[in-house]
Amino acid sequence: MTLGTASVAELAERLGATGYLSDDDLATVAYLALTMQRPLLLEGEPGTGKTALAEALAQALDVPLLRLQCYEGIDATQALYDWDFPRQVLHLRALEATGSDTDTESAEKDLYDERFLLARPVLAALQRSPVVLLVDEVDRADDEFEAFLLEVLSTYQVSIPELGVVAAAEPPVVVLTSNRTRELHDALKRRCLYHWIDHPDLEREVAIVRSRAPEVSETLARQVATVVGRLRDDGVGLEKPPGVAETLDWARALQHLGATELDLATAARTLGALVKYREDTDRVRAALDRMLGV
Amino acid sequence: MRTPHGMNAPDAVLLGFCTALRAAGVVVTHDRAAGFLEAASLLDAGDRASTYRAGRATLCGGPDDVTRYDQVFCEYFATDALDRPRPRRQEAPPAVTTALELEEGEVGHGDDAGDGERVAARASEIEVLRHRDVAGLTSAERARMQALFAALRPRPPVRRTARHEPWRRGRVDLSRTLRATLRQHGEPAPVKWRRRGAKPRRVVLLVDVSGSMSGYADALLRLAHALTHGCTRGGGQVETFTVGTRLTHVTHALRLRDPDRALVAAGETVPDWSGGTRLGETLQAFLASGGRRDLARGAVVVVLSDGWERGDAALLGEQVRRLRRVAHRVVWVNPHRGKAGYEPVQGGIVAALPHVDALLAGHSLATFAELVEVVADA
Repeated sequence: MTLGTASVAELAERLGATGYLSDDDLATVAYLALTMQRPLLLEGEPGTGKTALAEALAQALDVPLLRLQCYEGIDATQALYDWDFPRQVLHLRALEATGSDTDTESAEKDLYDERFLLARPVLAALQRSPVVLLVDEVDRADDEFEAFLLEVLSTYQVSIPELGVVAAAEPPVVVLTSNRTRELHDALKRRCLYHWIDHPDLEREVAIVRSRAPEVSETLARQVATVVGRLRDDGVGLEKPPGVAETLDWARALQHLGATELDLATAARTLGALVKYREDTDRVRAALDRMLGV
Repeated sequence: MRTPHGMNAPDAVLLGFCTALRAAGVVVTHDRAAGFLEAASLLDAGDRASTYRAGRATLCGGPDDVTRYDQVFCEYFATDALDRPRPRRQEAPPAVTTALELEEGEVGHGDDAGDGERVAARASEIEVLRHRDVAGLTSAERARMQALFAALRPRPPVRRTARHEPWRRGRVDLSRTLRATLRQHGEPAPVKWRRRGAKPRRVVLLVDVSGSMSGYADALLRLAHALTHGCTRGGGQVETFTVGTRLTHVTHALRLRDPDRALVAAGETVPDWSGGTRLGETLQAFLASGGRRDLARGAVVVVLSDGWERGDAALLGEQVRRLRRVAHRVVWVNPHRGKAGYEPVQGGIVAALPHVDALLAGHSLATFAELVEVVADA
C-alpha cells in the first residue's frame, strides 16, 4: 500500500474532513512530501498548528501516528531502541530455574531476540510503516541527535548490531517540527521539504474556530478572530502573540461563559485563555479598550 | 526545443531560476535543484502558483530564504501577482526621520583596541544602511590583531544538567548498582556513585555596530569570533547578533575559522553597519520572536554597546529587564567604561543598568580577557 493521494485538492479535502483546514501552500507541500517520500520540515511561531498537521495527516491517511518529542540530551536509545535488561536477566534466571539443557551459545542468542527489544518511536515507525512519524521540536535536540536523524531519514533503515538491519518496507511519512530556537543543520534541511507556517488570515481562522469549536457562534468566532488578528500586529507589541490554539481556547472560554458576542467585560475576564504574560494582559486590556470601547 | 544537454525547455527555465536564486544568496545545492524539478513535474507545470510552491518547499531552508525566494521568483518570472503572506519578520519598523538631529558631541579616544582614531559618538535615528569597510586595516595591523586575539583562551560557561553521570563520589547510583548486582546474579556489587552532569551553557552576544561604536565594532566582532571558536572547542555554543537599527544574525559568518574572512563575511551580512542606534527596538525584536528568545533562555547574554540610545530609553530598560528574566546572566560591556571619569549617564545605560548583572569595560585587550573570564564563570 502506498500512502498518498491523487491530487493536492484531494489531500486538502481529506485534511479538512479531520478538522484541519490547510491553505493551498500547506496542502501542496504535504502532497509533495507524500508523493516524493521526503520528510516535511515545518517551522513557525508556536501555536500555528505544526503538530496538529501531523496528527491530521495520520488521521486523513488512516495510519497510526508515532510521536517522538525531542529534548535536550535525547539520544538514540530514547529514539531508536533499547534492550529490556530486566527481562533479559529474568529470562536467564528462568532458564537457570527450569534447569533446561540449552547450550550457552543458544541461550545468549536467545537474549538478543526481538521480544527483548524495546522499540522506540523511530524504530517502531520503520517496523510498522505505513505510519506518520512526528519528530516534534527537533531544534531542542542536540547536534548529535540531528546527525543520527539524518542517517535514518536518508536510508529509512537502522542497523542493530545484535539483530541486523531493520529497513522500512515503505518509507514512513515523516513530519519534523521546529520552533527555530536553533538553526538546524543544512544537511538535514536539504533532505526535507520546507514549509513556514504563518498565522492564518482572518477568514481561515474563523473557519478553523467554527470547525474545531462548532458550539461557538459565527458572530463570536468572527469577532474573536478579528481581535486576535489585530493583537498579532506589531503595534500592540505583545511578548508572545497568541497562536491559533489560544484563539480556540479564548473562543471556547467565552462560549462557556454564555457570551454570544464579544463585549469588554467578558473579554477582560477571559484574557487568561489568550495571553500568558502579565505584561501582555495589560497591553491587551488597553488594546481591547480601543477596539471594543465606545 | 531541446538544449544541447538533452534537457527540455521547462527544466532549463527552472534551472535558470535556481541559478538566479543562488546569485541572490540562497544556498541551492544540486540535490535541492533536483528536488525542485521533481516537485515541479509532480504539480501542474503550467501553473505559476504550483511552481512557486514546489520551489518554496524544496529550495528554501528558513524564513530568510523564503523572503529572498519571493523576490527572485517575482523578478525571474516577471510576476508580481503573488500576493501572499510573507513569514513574519520581527524587524524594527522603519525609522522615522526627524528634522531635529541632535549632536551628542565627541567623546574620548578609541585607543588600545581601536585604530587610534577619534570616535565620533553620534547616535542617530536615521537608519544608515552600509556595509563594513574592510579596506581600513593594513596587513601589519591585521597580523597584530590576530596575534593578540589568539592569546585569549575563552572557555564556555557550564550549567548543571538534569541527568546524572557516573562519578566516584556523590550520591548512590541505585540503578547502576542494581545492574552490577544483577550482572553477578544477585551477588552484592560495590556501590556505584553518581553526580549531576555538567554541560556548556549557551552564550549570546549582541554586538552594537551603530555609528557611535564604529571605532570598536571591528575589535568586538573579533572578540566574538574568538569567543565563538573558543567556546565551540569546549563543546559550547555561541550565537552572535549585531544590533543597531536592525537585528542581524552573524553566527554563521563568525564560524569561519579565519578571523579576517569571518569578519568580511559578517560585514557583508550586516546591512546597518555604522548606522543609527535603536537598541530598545532591536532588543524588542530579538525578544519578540519565540525562537530567538529561546536562544537567550538560560544563556549568558553579553551586550556589547555604549548605551547611546536614540530611541526611547525607557523601552530599552524594559527590554533589558525582560532579557534578564529569560537569560541566566546579562553582562553589559561598554567600551567607554574603561576611561577615566566615565559615569554611566547616557540615557540608555542608565535605564539598562539596574537590570544588568555586570557592567564591564571593553576597550582594550586586558578588559576583553576579563570579559572572557566573567563569561566562563557565569
